[in-house]
Amino acid sequence: MTIRTTSRRSQVNKQHLYCILGIILAIVACRKSDDWVDISPFMGFQKARNFPEPVYNFATNKITEAGFNLGKKLFYEPLLSRNNTISCGSCHISYYAFTHHGHTVSHGIEDKEGIRNALPIMNLAWNESFFWDGGVHNLDLSSVAPIENPVEMDEKLSNIVLKLQKNKEYPGLFKAAFGTEGISSERMLKALSQFMLLLISDQSKYDKVQRGEGGMLFTAEEQAGYLLFKKHCNTCHSEPLFTDQSFRDIGLGLNPAKDYGRYDITLHERDKLKFKVPSLRNLKYTAPYMHDGSYLTLAAVMQQFQSGSIKLNNEETTQILAFLETLNDAQFTLDKRFAE
Amino acid sequence: MRYYLYSRIFYSYNMKNNFIILLAAVCFLFSACKKDNPISSTENQRGRVKLKFDHIVGGRVLQLGSATYTNAAAENYSIETLRYYISNIKLTRQDGTVYTVPKDSSYFLIDASVENSLFPKFQVPVGTYTKLDFIVGVDSLKNTEDIASRLGDLSVDKGMYWSWNSGYIFLKMEGKSAASSSGNYHFHIGGFGGYNTQTINNIKAVSVDLTKAGSSAVQEGLSSDIHLMVDVSLVLDGKTPFSIKEHPSVMFGEFSTSIADNYQAMFRHDHTHNFQKIAGE
Repeated sequence: MTIRTTSRRSQVNKQHLYCILGIILAIVACRKSDDWVDISPFMGFQKARNFPEPVYNFATNKITEAGFNLGKKLFYEPLLSRNNTISCGSCHISYYAFTHHGHTVSHGIEDKEGIRNALPIMNLAWNESFFWDGGVHNLDLSSVAPIENPVEMDEKLSNIVLKLQKNKEYPGLFKAAFGTEGISSERMLKALSQFMLLLISDQSKYDKVQRGEGGMLFTAEEQAGYLLFKKHCNTCHSEPLFTDQSFRDIGLGLNPAKDYGRYDITLHERDKLKFKVPSLRNLKYTAPYMHDGSYLTLAAVMQQFQSGSIKLNNEETTQILAFLETLNDAQFTLDKRFAE
Repeated sequence: MRYYLYSRIFYSYNMKNNFIILLAAVCFLFSACKKDNPISSTENQRGRVKLKFDHIVGGRVLQLGSATYTNAAAENYSIETLRYYISNIKLTRQDGTVYTVPKDSSYFLIDASVENSLFPKFQVPVGTYTKLDFIVGVDSLKNTEDIASRLGDLSVDKGMYWSWNSGYIFLKMEGKSAASSSGNYHFHIGGFGGYNTQTINNIKAVSVDLTKAGSSAVQEGLSSDIHLMVDVSLVLDGKTPFSIKEHPSVMFGEFSTSIADNYQAMFRHDHTHNFQKIAGE
């Protein structure tokens, strides 16, 4: 009896030993491979089945792992601001779907305030225009705006190039990304694009239901909300990006910053107070809402719409909010490949 | 889709008309190329044209910063910055045929503070040219192109690019004036017509007759130097004279079109030096 027990114990111990050996081996193997990222190979740009064809012209900027990594480093690089204090990531925080969560308008250099709420950086490959007023129409040129804006990063592209050239790491990283020596503003902007293009949010419950992944289904409440959404919201917040990328005035009126939105770009009377229809993805992480962040909660936003032509009772409002919950993509906000 | 897009962004007023104009332009281009290419041994012989932009303010030579000038509204002002784009250069021969400088070799940022920038140089077939055409600014197509094709003077890091309302600044003039409440004035003039919504179009075509002050005769291996006088006072006192007090800061807005009209007329041909030896420049 005792012997049997002992033999069993020794068997268990052996199993333990193998197990520990295995773990050590795994750790050693991982250390040897130098980087945890190597475990999942670089996939480049991947379009989900339920997404349309992207708008970005990838032929002009081939995405590579080195380019993506350089773009990521630049995105979190304070050298891109005049006094080397803030980076793109200061106002576009990964955990909040790359917004400046909790700030009505973003705080830039020396805590200067702009007049608009930082938009989330996600699914930019499908963007036809950029920013709340659509003043920029090419992703590669979009980074110039925050970099040179006096209340954001207040730096000149040409000066950043000088700073990066003097840096020990960057010359090698640019060479790795673009094949030849040389740091230019064009390369810097393209690398930033490579990083931002891969910030794709397509793993929400909604996406999985649409793709029929793992037999995932909406709850009855979500389904009811989805039908209401299609009836009342889908015209502007069109699936699957949840924006038709048009510019609209939803009756918020002129704010104290006297921001006329799209009008400042076109100077057309008809564009006064129009702003880009924002996506409804990841609302959980991107409060406050609207171009000036003046709506702190989704309930307040829903109230604003109901003061217009959309009439919903309390149950219906709850159902729509339940559907909007399914557009949150936690995996996107927690993705280590994107975080600082 | 691409044609449609470009037709809309070209100097657009009427989309249909635009498309027709664009088609016509494309056809013309092809036919023009055909005319240019065949046989004629002179076509392969190249000489050089050097433009010289000589900045003056009325009857005085421009002195950046130090000098004080007076406009028609009797306001004193200095000029600290003067920069503008010249592009899409064309030369017309005596027989009316046109040589178009290859587009990507015809973008020049003229900067009054940079001596080298005042002499744009380019190769042209030998011949005698009687008219010089160029655009002050950057054509609408280039304003919408990928950054990879924005090389040299067109790099968006030259301080001549609007990042928030994507597009080039065609002319930048800044200086001091007591007429302005801040003590400074800024004219940043741009606007290429809009990407997909028609907006301000300040692309200005300039045509300079070379016959009166000396045609440009281009011989193989030699330079013809076309000397232009650029009267900067006309930015303020041209077709629509204005006061700095009323318009101390003009950027993307309606009034910018008046300033663009003003500077469109500031270029005058003074003389040409033909058959200049090209030193090791």
